[in-house]
Amino acid sequence: MSLTARVGLVFAAALCVVIVLMTFERPPVRATQVGFRGTAMEQVVNPRTQAVRLAANRIPEAPEAADAEGEKAREIYENVQVLGELSVAQFGRIMQAMTEWIAPEQGCAYCHNVENMASDEVYTKVVSRRMLQMTRHINADWQPHVGNTGVTCYTCHRGRPVPAEVWASTVLAQNGLQAPRGQNHPAPVANDSSLPGEPFTPFLLQDNEIRVISTAAHPNGNTANIQQTEWTYALMMHMSEGLGVNCTFCHNSRSFANWSSSPPARLTAWHGIRMVRDINTAYIVPLTPLWAAHPRGPAEGPHMPRLGPAGDALKVNCATCHQGANRPFYGAPMLQDYPELNLVSQGPLRAASATPQ
Amino acid sequence: MPEYQNLFTRVQVRGPVPYPGTPMGTAQLLAGNSERELPGTFVHLFGKIGDAQVGPVYLGTLGVLSLVFGLIAFEIIGLNMLASVNWDPVQFIRQLFWLALEPPPAQYGLRIPPMREGGWWIVAGFCLTVSILLWWARTYRRARALGMGTHVAWAFAAAIWLYLVLGFIRPVLMGSWSEAVPFGIFPHLDWTAAFSIRYGNLFYNPFHALSIVFLYGSTLLFAMHGATILALGRYGGEREIELVLDRGTAAERGALFWRWCMGFNASFESIHRWAWWFAVLCPLTGGLGILLTGTVVDNWYLWAVDRHFAPAYPQIWQPVVDPALAATPALQGAPR
Repeated sequence: MSLTARVGLVFAAALCVVIVLMTFERPPVRATQVGFRGTAMEQVVNPRTQAVRLAANRIPEAPEAADAEGEKAREIYENVQVLGELSVAQFGRIMQAMTEWIAPEQGCAYCHNVENMASDEVYTKVVSRRMLQMTRHINADWQPHVGNTGVTCYTCHRGRPVPAEVWASTVLAQNGLQAPRGQNHPAPVANDSSLPGEPFTPFLLQDNEIRVISTAAHPNGNTANIQQTEWTYALMMHMSEGLGVNCTFCHNSRSFANWSSSPPARLTAWHGIRMVRDINTAYIVPLTPLWAAHPRGPAEGPHMPRLGPAGDALKVNCATCHQGANRPFYGAPMLQDYPELNLVSQGPLRAASATPQ
Repeated sequence: MPEYQNLFTRVQVRGPVPYPGTPMGTAQLLAGNSERELPGTFVHLFGKIGDAQVGPVYLGTLGVLSLVFGLIAFEIIGLNMLASVNWDPVQFIRQLFWLALEPPPAQYGLRIPPMREGGWWIVAGFCLTVSILLWWARTYRRARALGMGTHVAWAFAAAIWLYLVLGFIRPVLMGSWSEAVPFGIFPHLDWTAAFSIRYGNLFYNPFHALSIVFLYGSTLLFAMHGATILALGRYGGEREIELVLDRGTAAERGALFWRWCMGFNASFESIHRWAWWFAVLCPLTGGLGILLTGTVVDNWYLWAVDRHFAPAYPQIWQPVVDPALAATPALQGAPR
């Protein structure tokens, strides 16, 4: 064989190896049957990546329970607006826990002026009040999604002042030749496909129709087209990625639209979409002026963006809580160790610190 | 001694000079033949996989026009992709497989949209279609000029049928250019998946099934035929055309082999008809399946259920009720 041919062969072999290594997931891949045999109802899991996810989804050890009896926080401290019903011991416990959950490095100073803890001058304190109310609202009113497992601050924050998985509107390339379509670029939220890269504004902020599939065999006025379907498809890919599951976790393999033969998880997810919409519109977006006033965070830091590139708030999607697990922390019931979070007052916040409109 | 029966080509047959081809003659079916371009030459590497001779090439009016229109379409698509990354050449290379030129949004229907909102897609699609049709006419005319049948042209026409159904006929029937396929590597694949999802799972479209039968059938037939001829190489089996009329030991052995294996054999002549029809029916049936989707059938799964074509399976879970159909959302225990 000539030298050229040998060099060519070695090069071709090296190229094949690179393509295989860059394209395929290293085995093993385990498939578990979850539906009737022969219907391709299965969950595919790679034990290697699953181990990483399990390690990343552990709940911190709960501190010793606090005495619920005794004087209430609002009687002892000034300017306690949402945690007033807690006992002083409970109040101290949840403050300590929240520090560990959200700002373990910055400590109390992340939200408080340590000279005067009652002061609202650090904006993050005003934000956390609203976030406490949001947590209570989720646990009390969104039972169809969170069940009795519930959520805590840690479900999203996990030791970070800004949760790791958030989204904001993207700034699309603008030029004369082609109007931006929001798709046809690598889309990390949709498994690096060319599907729409930010399907959250239409579905998790606004309530556009997610359903595109007809409910009758023959044309009956369903005007949803293929381009629209790609937006729904991108949202579904985000849910699949965010929860670390296949399509068949919620859908049956034969008809995505059909409800009666879908796994029950689909019902939970349906409420979840509406819950996220509620969180974004009722809790996150109204706080935007506070973040706009401090786009790099509080003066003490940490300095990281509090707004997206388009100037809107960093919002919530499925991955914000789930972080790759089909149930956050794989269903570990963290809330039950923190009864303080169920005592949060939902009353309107006082004008001095109320959410700017 | 040359060996033909090897899996890889071992011999290169070369004349003393490149063969210029048969004289063009004067009594052609279609007038307007021009001269062939380039004298032709030998390339060793091409000889490894086919005939070592390259050229002469026949361009002609149709070929030149087809290349010009094809180049215009290629340039429009490429420049639109480059524009979509703000004219950044590095991002153009990195994102190339993701970039696309999309058809117009639905609100424009079949009207001509602004250039930047799908207008370029229409121009590129027009030029590409003209280029393909001119190339089809070229394959037809070159076959006629050589006194051949026009089987290649009609096989190509089957592929053009599928292309026209996807990009022209079905969008016109649906009343919107937005139904057409984007130009782009990954985007056209995502479009295909979204098409199946929107129309309730193309798996239940019988024409889709037929198209797959002919697609996989084509590869099976190609493998069976290619393997048979290679295996008969030591008996001169590659002289297929002579063996059609005058069966030698090669043809008899090949026929006997298949009769032993499966009781029936195609003849040295009919195997080529099998292959041609399987190949041609793949896009013909596929195009029918696409054409009926959205125009006649809107949800193939429900269509198949209606016709007892999709089987019912035992239910593993309690049936889930569509929460959007609940009489009072409050019953679901959550605010909307």
